[in-house]
Amino acid sequence: MCSSERFRNIVYQLALLSLIGALMGYAAYNLVHNLESRAIAIGFSYLGQEAGFDISEMLIVYEPKHSYARAFIVGLLNTLFVSLVAIVAASLLGLIVGIGRLSPNWLLRKLAGAYVETVRNVPLILQLLLWYGVLTELLPPVAEAIVLGPAYLSQRGISLPWPTAHAGWWAALLGLLLAALLAFLWARAAKRRRDLAGRAPAVLWPSLAAGVLLPLAGWAVFGAPSEFSTPTMAGFDFEGGKTVSPEFIALFLGLSIYTAAFIAEIVRGGILSVSRGQSDAAEALGLSRGQRLRLVILPQALRVMIPPLTSQYLNLTKNSSLAVAIGYPDLVSVSNTTLNQTGQAIEAITLMMAVYLAVSLAISGLMNWYNHRVRLVER
Amino acid sequence: MNAPASSHRPFVARRLDWLRENLFSTPLNALITLVTLALLLWLGSRFVSWALLHAVWGRADVATCNALFGQGACWAVVADKWRHMLFGIYPQDEQWRSALAVVIFCGIMVFSAMRAFWHVWRLLALWLSGSLLCAWLLAGGLGLTPVPTALWGGLPITLMLAVFGTLFAFPLGILLALGRRSALPIIRAASIIYIELVRGVPLITVLFMASIMFALFLPEGVSFDKLLRAQVAIILFNAAYIAEIVRAGLQALPRGQYEAADALGLGYWQTQLLVILPQALKITIPAQVNSFIDNFKDTSLVIIVSIFDFLYAVRQAVISDLDWRHYFVEGYLFAMAVYWLFCYAMSHYSQWLEKHLSRDHRL
Repeated sequence: MCSSERFRNIVYQLALLSLIGALMGYAAYNLVHNLESRAIAIGFSYLGQEAGFDISEMLIVYEPKHSYARAFIVGLLNTLFVSLVAIVAASLLGLIVGIGRLSPNWLLRKLAGAYVETVRNVPLILQLLLWYGVLTELLPPVAEAIVLGPAYLSQRGISLPWPTAHAGWWAALLGLLLAALLAFLWARAAKRRRDLAGRAPAVLWPSLAAGVLLPLAGWAVFGAPSEFSTPTMAGFDFEGGKTVSPEFIALFLGLSIYTAAFIAEIVRGGILSVSRGQSDAAEALGLSRGQRLRLVILPQALRVMIPPLTSQYLNLTKNSSLAVAIGYPDLVSVSNTTLNQTGQAIEAITLMMAVYLAVSLAISGLMNWYNHRVRLVER
Repeated sequence: MNAPASSHRPFVARRLDWLRENLFSTPLNALITLVTLALLLWLGSRFVSWALLHAVWGRADVATCNALFGQGACWAVVADKWRHMLFGIYPQDEQWRSALAVVIFCGIMVFSAMRAFWHVWRLLALWLSGSLLCAWLLAGGLGLTPVPTALWGGLPITLMLAVFGTLFAFPLGILLALGRRSALPIIRAASIIYIELVRGVPLITVLFMASIMFALFLPEGVSFDKLLRAQVAIILFNAAYIAEIVRAGLQALPRGQYEAADALGLGYWQTQLLVILPQALKITIPAQVNSFIDNFKDTSLVIIVSIFDFLYAVRQAVISDLDWRHYFVEGYLFAMAVYWLFCYAMSHYSQWLEKHLSRDHRL
C-alpha cells in the first residue's frame, strides 16, 4: 500500500470519527440544555423511588410501594416468561405443521400450507388485537362463564383450580425436576453404552416411570396435601384458584401461532435438505416412517435448522414487546409507564434497549454454543 | 411403471387411483384424512354460515346487525366505514388524492417487479418520481389544497412508510454493508456497532426513541413532524437489515471479481459500483423482496406511537363508534384481507423470482 493511500485512509476514518463525535456532542449539548430547562435530573436515581403504579400480573411479589427498579424487573420477568412459553409452543406447533407440509396425505399437506400462507402474511399486531378482542369482548362475562370441568372461561381469562401452598406440592415439583435430570443422565449413559456395546438399555420407559414415581413419592412423603384452591364467582370476578389473564393468553396465542408458521417453513426446508438417499437407506434398514423421521432425518435436518431457528427465537422475543398494544405488563409496557411518570425518557428507553440487546446476545450465544455442539464433525 | 398404464384408464378410475394414493394409502393415512375432513367440514361450515350465508351485506343500520349478532357477520360495518378505514380523517372532498396515492404506490411496486425496470437509473427514476408525486398529492400545494400531516391517514400512510422506508434505507444499507467489509478498522467497527445494535432491539423501542427521546436531542424550539420522525425511525431500522442482506450478497461473490477489478486498475469506488454491487445486489433480490414484506407488515407497529396508518384507522373506525364496536371482528378481518393480499402477492412473486433467477444462473 503506498503512503498516500494510507494517508487517505487515515483521513477518511478521522473524518468519520469527528462527524460522529460532532453529532453526539451536539446532541449531548442540546440534551443537557433541554433537561436543565425542564428541571429533569439525569441519572438512574429514579430507580430507587417508589413506583406507585399497579402491575396486573407478576412472577415475583410486587406492590405499588415497591421501587421502579423492582417494577422493571417484574416487566423483564414477564417478557422472559411469555417468550419462553411461546418459544416452546411455537417450536412444537411449527414442527407439526412443517412435517405436515411434507406429509404423503394430500389434505394434510394443503391444510398445513394454508395455515402457513395465511398466518405469516398478516401483521402480528393485527392478530394480537383480534385475539385480544375476541377474548375480552366476545367471551361471556364472569357470571355466565363457560364451564370447562373445574375451570372457567370468561372475559377475565381462564380460571383454574390451583394447589394451595404446601411443602408436599413443592416436593412433587422437585421430584419432577429430579426425574428430568435423571432421565437426561440415563439417556446419555445409554447412548455411550450403545456406542461401546452396540446395544442400549431402554430409555423411554424408565424415564416415564421416574417422571411419575418421584413426584408422587415427594408428594406422599411431605404430607400428601390434597387442598386445591378452586375458583368461585364473587361479584364481577373470580376468587381463589389461578387466573390466566386474557392479555397473557392473547399474547401467547398470537406469538406462538405467528412464529410457528415461520418455524414450519424452517422445518420443511431442513427436512428437504437431507438427501433422499438417507431416507432410502433408513427404509432399507426396515425403519418405519416415524422412526426414519425421528432417528435419521430430523437429527440431520436440525443442523441446517439451527441458525434460522435462532433468528426466529430472537424475533419472537423481540415481538413480545407488542404486548404493550394489548396491555400485558411486559418490559416495554412497564418502562413506558415509568417514563410517563418520571419523565426520565432517556434512562428508561436506554435501559429497555440495553436489556433487549443483552437478551438477544444471550440467546444467540446459547444457540451458537448448541450449533457448535451439533455441527458435523468431519475427518 | 404405473404412470403410462394409468393414463389409458378411464377418468374415474384415474381419480380413484389418485384418491387412494394421496388420501388412503395406509390405515393411518386414511384416519388422518377422515379426521382432517371432519374438522374442516365442521369449522368450514360454521364459518361459511357466519361469514356468507347469514351475513348482513351492503349498507345496513346497526339494528339489522344486532338482530343477527353471533349468527351472521355484519359486513355493513365495512360498507359503512370503508372511507374512514382506508383514508382516515383526510378531508372527504380530497380523498381522491389519497386514493390516487395508493394507486401510484402500488404502481411503483408492480413496475419494480418487472425485469425491464431492473436498471439502477430506471428504478431510481421510478421510485423517486412516484414518491414525490405521492408526497405532493398528500401534502397539497402547487394548485392543490394543502392538507397538514396531522390529517393524513389510512392505507396511503402504510404504503408510504413501507416504500419510503425502503427507498431511503437502501443507500444507507449498502454503505453499512460496504463499511462492515471495509479494511479500515474504525469504519468497520462503526458499521458493526450500528448494525448489531439496531438488529438487537425491537422496532417498538426505536419508534419510542423517535417519538419521545428525539426531541430532547434537538435545540429548544426545533421540532420535526411526528410522522416524519416515525418514518426516519423505520428507515434507520430497515437500513441495518438491508445491510445484512447486501453483505450476504457481497460474500457470495468469488474473490476473482475483486482481483480482476484490481488488475484493471479500478479504484475502490469504481470496483464497488461497476463490478461488485451490480452482481451482489442481483443475487439478493429475492431476499430484498422478503425484507420488504417484513417491512410492510412492521409498519403497523406505528399505531403504538399513535401514527394514523391503515391499522390505526381500522381500529379507530370500529372501536370509537359505540354503536358498531361489537363488530370489530369484521373490521379486523377486512384489515387482515388487505394486508394479506399485499403480502401474499409479494411473497409469491419472491418465490417465483427465486426459481427464475436460479434457472438463469445455471444457463
